[in-house]
Amino acid sequence: MPLALIDCNNFYVSCERMFNPRLEGVPVVVLSNNDGCAVARSNEVKALGIKMGEPWFKMEKIARQHGIVALSSNYSLYGDLSARVMSILSTFSPRQEIYSIDECFLDLAGFDPKTLLAYGQTIRQAVKRNVGIPVCVGIADTKTLAKLANHCAKKGLAGRDGVCDFGQLDEQRRRTLFASLPVGEIWGVGGRITEKLLAMNITTVEELCNANLEMIRSRFSIVLARTVQELNGTPCIELEDANTPRQQIMVSRSFGSTVTALADLSESVASFTTRAAEKLRQDGSVAASLCVYVHTNPFKEDDPQYQRSLVVPLGLPTDDTSKLVHAALTGLKVIYRSGYRYKKTGVLLMGLQAKDTIQATLFDDPAEQARSDNRMRVMDAINRRMGQGSVTIAASGVRQRWAMRRERKSPNYTTEWSELPVAG
Amino acid sequence: MPLSLCSKTSMTPLLQQAILLPAIGKPPILAPLFSHKVAAGFPSPADDYIEGRLSLDEHLISNKDATFFVRAKGNSMVGAGIFDGDLLVVDKSLTPSSGDIVIAIVDGDLTVKRLINRDGKVILKPENPRCQEIEFKEGQELQVWGVVTSAVKKFV
Repeated sequence: MPLALIDCNNFYVSCERMFNPRLEGVPVVVLSNNDGCAVARSNEVKALGIKMGEPWFKMEKIARQHGIVALSSNYSLYGDLSARVMSILSTFSPRQEIYSIDECFLDLAGFDPKTLLAYGQTIRQAVKRNVGIPVCVGIADTKTLAKLANHCAKKGLAGRDGVCDFGQLDEQRRRTLFASLPVGEIWGVGGRITEKLLAMNITTVEELCNANLEMIRSRFSIVLARTVQELNGTPCIELEDANTPRQQIMVSRSFGSTVTALADLSESVASFTTRAAEKLRQDGSVAASLCVYVHTNPFKEDDPQYQRSLVVPLGLPTDDTSKLVHAALTGLKVIYRSGYRYKKTGVLLMGLQAKDTIQATLFDDPAEQARSDNRMRVMDAINRRMGQGSVTIAASGVRQRWAMRRERKSPNYTTEWSELPVAG
Repeated sequence: MPLSLCSKTSMTPLLQQAILLPAIGKPPILAPLFSHKVAAGFPSPADDYIEGRLSLDEHLISNKDATFFVRAKGNSMVGAGIFDGDLLVVDKSLTPSSGDIVIAIVDGDLTVKRLINRDGKVILKPENPRCQEIEFKEGQELQVWGVVTSAVKKFV
């Protein structure tokens, strides 16, 4: 069963370059929320040896030397372009799994295997032409292999023009290729597992392919054993269709500066809950309970440390922003302790189920339910049209002193009328 | 108000175990059975003919995923009816051909001009006699960002 993994090249950087062509050919790095560390790097930055996740303060000097342009992450822009890319990709297969903001799997079962390489090129060109984002395509019989094929396509190790189909490699060439790939390149083989494998003289993909399955299962885990099976062409990880609704919805963020007052924490919790409730309604789900949590900055070792979370049951499952916010704030009041410098709060909606399948109870009030539904529909419609946060509940606050630091953010080119790109 | 009489937290421990009944003589508590409206009167004669409102999105955008909005700046295209501040609808999926109004990348900036192929030479032509044509010589690559399909003006 062949499938494809399509991955956008340096996605965030590509998004920025699309609307600011001056960044073409220039080393560009995109920083995480609060301008903390590198979350995307252009090829020029990779060539300078700057690693993913490297903190900005550590690279500031080398950045100045080489004229690296550092940008704050602009998730409104990346989210919109991602939705466009995924929508185009969805036209190439009846089954799509959106794996992350910049990658997705497509089921290619039933296609003539000889045509897949050309099909990969068609996919690649379609995304480039329609949205302007460059992608690479990896094709193979399992998810793990498709990921690896994508890596090879991106690095130009196999295939050509950004498309690599392992189905086109004969056994001899496949073996040579796998013997040249370090084991750490495999999907799901992280730093710690890599170290342990190296100690056992398993250094390449080919060596892990040939490792004894029983030994892997007993010395590591069933998960790694599954990876080995996948490397050998036996699919063990199912394709998850895009329309599987989420099981949990999490919204959390670190603060731009530390926050101490309950009032400020409350505003951020209310604001995150509002966002989570929007996502909930997009999925057509309701939540049965909600978890709210706070913690201080564990990297500030001199600061007194505190972290706590609390699950608040909601009674009747709901998707109503005001009810969810009320529950979240009730929970926050219970876990809040004064005298700490908080760095992060978050809200997790749990026990999600489809709204149209919840059971009615004796205490339902259909009239109130209808009013609530109407309220939420109007709120979502306004926010969709006028921009996120146009209508919100008063508890989210208007000052938002806790807001993230994003000093180098590009305009919201595709989601704000006042920030459109300009052509002279 | 529905049958839930009061929330548990606000009740004293004693009351939590008690069964609450409406006091005699007080008006009964009304529990909603059906809150749906029952239709009465005549159905609208237009019911079968309602076809939905016209949508400008539908009119102006044929490929949603490939369509972006760009704000026009300056007066270089007034001859084509594009004025400063107009909203340009740009379709990236279209293959540009001679005569199209395009968004092109020139010296790192986006510019809106008419694309002309004159005797094998590619030219970006402004629609204003006071502006200069931009010519592309052999070896120079013209990068077209997208094709302008319409311009929208707001008067109020």
